[in-house]
Amino acid sequence: KNLKCVGFEGTGQYYSNLKSRYGNNIDTCNIAQLLAPSIIDLSKTFYCHLGVNVPDHAMTFRSLCNLLQDSVTPFVVSVHAKECAGVCKQNEMLISYLKSFFTLVCQATLTIRIIDLLQKCTQVSPKRKENLAKNDLPVVVIFKDFEAFNSQVLQDFILICSRYTQELPFVFIFGIATSPSAIQHRLPHSVSSLLCIEVFHSLSCTQHLASVFDKLILNSQFPFKLSSRVIQVLVGIFLYHDFSVQNFVKGLQFSMLEHFNSQPLSVLCCQKHEALLSAKILSKQNVERIRHLPSFMRYVETQEPQEQVRLLTNDEHVKEVCQKLLKNLHTYHKNYYPILQCLHSLTSSLPKFPLGKHIRELHVSCIEKNLWETEEYDSALQLLRILAKDELVAALRSCAEILKSANTKRMQNVLQQLEDFLGRLEALQGKSDSVSKMEYQRTDLFQLQKTLLEKESRRTKRMNPFEVLRSQVIDFIDSLVREYLTPAEFQPLNEVCYYSSSGVLRQRLNVTPRTSIQAALTHPFYYLKNESLKTNTGTISSAAPDLCIVYKLHLECGRLINLYDWLEAYVTVMSAAEDQDTNSEECGKFDSLKHARFIQAVSEMEFLGFVKSTKQKTDHVARLTWGGC
Amino acid sequence: MALIKCPGYPEDTLRSLAERLPCRETQLATLLALMGQPDQYSYPSVFIYGHRATGKSHVVLSIMKDLELPHASVDCVECVSSGLLFHQVLSAFFGPDAAALLPRCPSLSDFVRLYKQMSSNSPATQTRYIILDRAERMRDMDFSLLPALLRLQELVNDNVTVILLSEIVWEKFRPNTGCFEPLLFHFPDYSKAELVQILSWDHHPSYTPELYASYINILLGVFFSVCRDLRELRHLAVLNFSKFCEPLEKGEAKESDIHKLWKNIEPHLQRAMQTVYLREVSSVQWEQQFFFSPLPVVLSAHAHIELPYYSKFLLIAAYLASFNPARTDRRFFLKSHGKIRKTNFLKKHEKTSNHLLGPKPFPLDRLMAIFYSVVDSRVAPTASIFSQISSLVTLQLLSQVGHDDQLDSPKYKCSVSLDFILAISRCVCVCVRLYRYQYYKFLNDTQPYI
Repeated sequence: KNLKCVGFEGTGQYYSNLKSRYGNNIDTCNIAQLLAPSIIDLSKTFYCHLGVNVPDHAMTFRSLCNLLQDSVTPFVVSVHAKECAGVCKQNEMLISYLKSFFTLVCQATLTIRIIDLLQKCTQVSPKRKENLAKNDLPVVVIFKDFEAFNSQVLQDFILICSRYTQELPFVFIFGIATSPSAIQHRLPHSVSSLLCIEVFHSLSCTQHLASVFDKLILNSQFPFKLSSRVIQVLVGIFLYHDFSVQNFVKGLQFSMLEHFNSQPLSVLCCQKHEALLSAKILSKQNVERIRHLPSFMRYVETQEPQEQVRLLTNDEHVKEVCQKLLKNLHTYHKNYYPILQCLHSLTSSLPKFPLGKHIRELHVSCIEKNLWETEEYDSALQLLRILAKDELVAALRSCAEILKSANTKRMQNVLQQLEDFLGRLEALQGKSDSVSKMEYQRTDLFQLQKTLLEKESRRTKRMNPFEVLRSQVIDFIDSLVREYLTPAEFQPLNEVCYYSSSGVLRQRLNVTPRTSIQAALTHPFYYLKNESLKTNTGTISSAAPDLCIVYKLHLECGRLINLYDWLEAYVTVMSAAEDQDTNSEECGKFDSLKHARFIQAVSEMEFLGFVKSTKQKTDHVARLTWGGC
Repeated sequence: MALIKCPGYPEDTLRSLAERLPCRETQLATLLALMGQPDQYSYPSVFIYGHRATGKSHVVLSIMKDLELPHASVDCVECVSSGLLFHQVLSAFFGPDAAALLPRCPSLSDFVRLYKQMSSNSPATQTRYIILDRAERMRDMDFSLLPALLRLQELVNDNVTVILLSEIVWEKFRPNTGCFEPLLFHFPDYSKAELVQILSWDHHPSYTPELYASYINILLGVFFSVCRDLRELRHLAVLNFSKFCEPLEKGEAKESDIHKLWKNIEPHLQRAMQTVYLREVSSVQWEQQFFFSPLPVVLSAHAHIELPYYSKFLLIAAYLASFNPARTDRRFFLKSHGKIRKTNFLKKHEKTSNHLLGPKPFPLDRLMAIFYSVVDSRVAPTASIFSQISSLVTLQLLSQVGHDDQLDSPKYKCSVSLDFILAISRCVCVCVRLYRYQYYKFLNDTQPYI
């Protein structure tokens, strides 16, 4: 055979063993599939197609790395494009990682050359086989960001490794963010033909987000909740900017911190019995705070006048009412989520998705306003009213499944009603079958006429039993929605659990560095909090830092700024502060101190990227930003 | 098979060698004749060239191994510096202790000195061979290295021969200053008959060799016109053989029903044709594809990239900035652009298609300006917008022009195709066509004929 190919039959077997061994305990990650057996060629390669959410990759790879080290082989190296500028560097990286493993095993002094290392490894392989398992353990190299690698380095590395696959099996894992065709763009055929490639797709980031949403937000376990605006901000950042689930979770954590930090009543935001306990021992100050909550005030207004007086004067009474309200809030949440899921499962299959494709959209519109007053809800109900029987039954079955997991009394009640409806629908099916059997009899002209007439009259007058039942079911669902999916804002004491300051969140998470620099330069008081810096807009205070003065002056100029004119304007502002006497001799003159301060301010402006020197005109600088005055 | 005779070597080994190297008997005989008897001086340097997978390294290395000749085989890809090359050669001939004597950054003269010293201690009884695989990499190394290696025999005064293996011809190697001309030796491509003979070697043990040979004939009938690479063909043969045998295992056909088997395998081979050379899937996935879907999905076909909403717009803006002349931005992106006279609108040098000229670099400011006018809603210039640009660069959808560390006014180029942009703009509901200069030019050109 005139080929350099090497078969890998033995290790393939090994891999399938491994898979069966650890396939059971890591269902959460889809990484288990990563090590499906693949035989035949020299090196084995796995692409991981990951999507562009870069911050999430690090986590995925860390867990993959740990998993591989635990279950497959201790020789796992993960390399980053930044660390591998040349093939030499990459080899060194690889060796420095591997060295620590091999010295444990063979206690040989290793030189800094991969070739030596690999040769030595093969020399000591009998020893290794004694020490470790009987199989040759593969060396796994993870390329975290495949696109960013220098393709020449990668090619050389693969060629070198392919020479040693007989002695030391290699497995490469490429993390690819764009599409699998990237490999054909980076590697020529002579190199890619050395690889035996399998492609794995990670979960798409929107699916990933949906699962995070289900576990963290659409869950009555956690007392901390987000208001609709906050959810919109977080989801907006995710969809518009980064596609990163990790950043989303960080945003969630941040809003939690912010909530517990800024809202003193968040002591009540905990599990039910703890919340009731702490409601009993509320301080006087906190009771007063409760009285000032908008939702509590709304609640007070609905009470009898006598009760109102008691609520406003008696602290103990407030605590008692507060406990009652907290209980109500908890039951509200417990009933809210199952009904929300039911409604979603009913409407998610409708054409054009009137209530949104994802459950998060439905959730946002539910906690924002009365859902049943919206046009979308009306159109969704109309669509539900013309659902075919089998579709309706299937949808109701899935609803019943959802309700089975909910364990409140009311939900069990609802479930029973639903099952009752299901039973009636099925009974109807039997009846309609018998009807259809009758229709198969021979018809003569007279009978046909009669039945047609009958149908005509039926259409105008009465619906068939299925249609009656269907409208009953839809009315039942409508009543459920009206009862349980009330907006959270109308619940008394909702401020305790719901974090709602979306403005703060947007400011913190979606930063605009340029705007804040401009704000600092135009309104130095905003950051420095010095009383003397308070000025009217449009005027230039000489008490401001030099940089602010220079910045404000430069806003009045065109594309090219004459440095001398600028300096003179600066000196005028400065001297205006020193003495009001503008007619004196010194006005307009400047000393070297002012000159130096001006030059320093200009160079700071250049550093911040507002101006740059230009070759078009001597002693001019070019402006780089526009507007923002 | 003509028996290869070469005095000085055991005949049994030669015979088994010839059997193991089918279709390379002439090359084998010539090489052995060149090498002469083990103790004779051989030609100082031999240059062997031929296409990929024509058996160059395999033939040479099998000769070396089977005849147990002293040799050092070095892959030039590994040798990032010439020091590594010297190290490997010395340790192969004189043991690792000799190689350890090399100084830290060995020069060519160090190597020659050390080699001489060592060979005077243990003079060569047989010709020593240095085999340099992928010799084209030597051109990137020290310029004096190649000429020196070519006349190494003279320099070290020892019975040593350097064999260079390469895929490209000697003319591309020759240094300007001239050098000792090595003996050129070509390995020709395999003919179709030879390919059949070689591929039939790895027949499946549970089937007769005749069946496998007929399978190979069918395979070559389909693929020979597009692919003559032995390695690729072998990969394809392994990949599709199980499909070929399916009717046999089900008992629907006998081994003699070649026509029936051909009917069965032909559509699959046609489909495999689409992915030839691509190596997108392993054999396991390939089989699974057949198993689950009657029509295998070509993976590169759904090359769909998930991008955040604004990244898509940034990419569209980058594309427009790259392929529209900056002069026409006013026309496309300003609400009140006014009439533009037709004669001035087109300049002569712009008549050639922009796509033939490739993308043009554009500054960041222009990208942002187009971006703001393409996006409908107001977008704050947040940090994440700018970080999206840099992540587009790491994904190599945009490429940065000039230095990487340029901070003020960096320039970019868009490196994706029109189809890709059209697919993206369909997702975000932007009609790119309206903004494309090329489209207007097309309208302009065709108008006189309508």
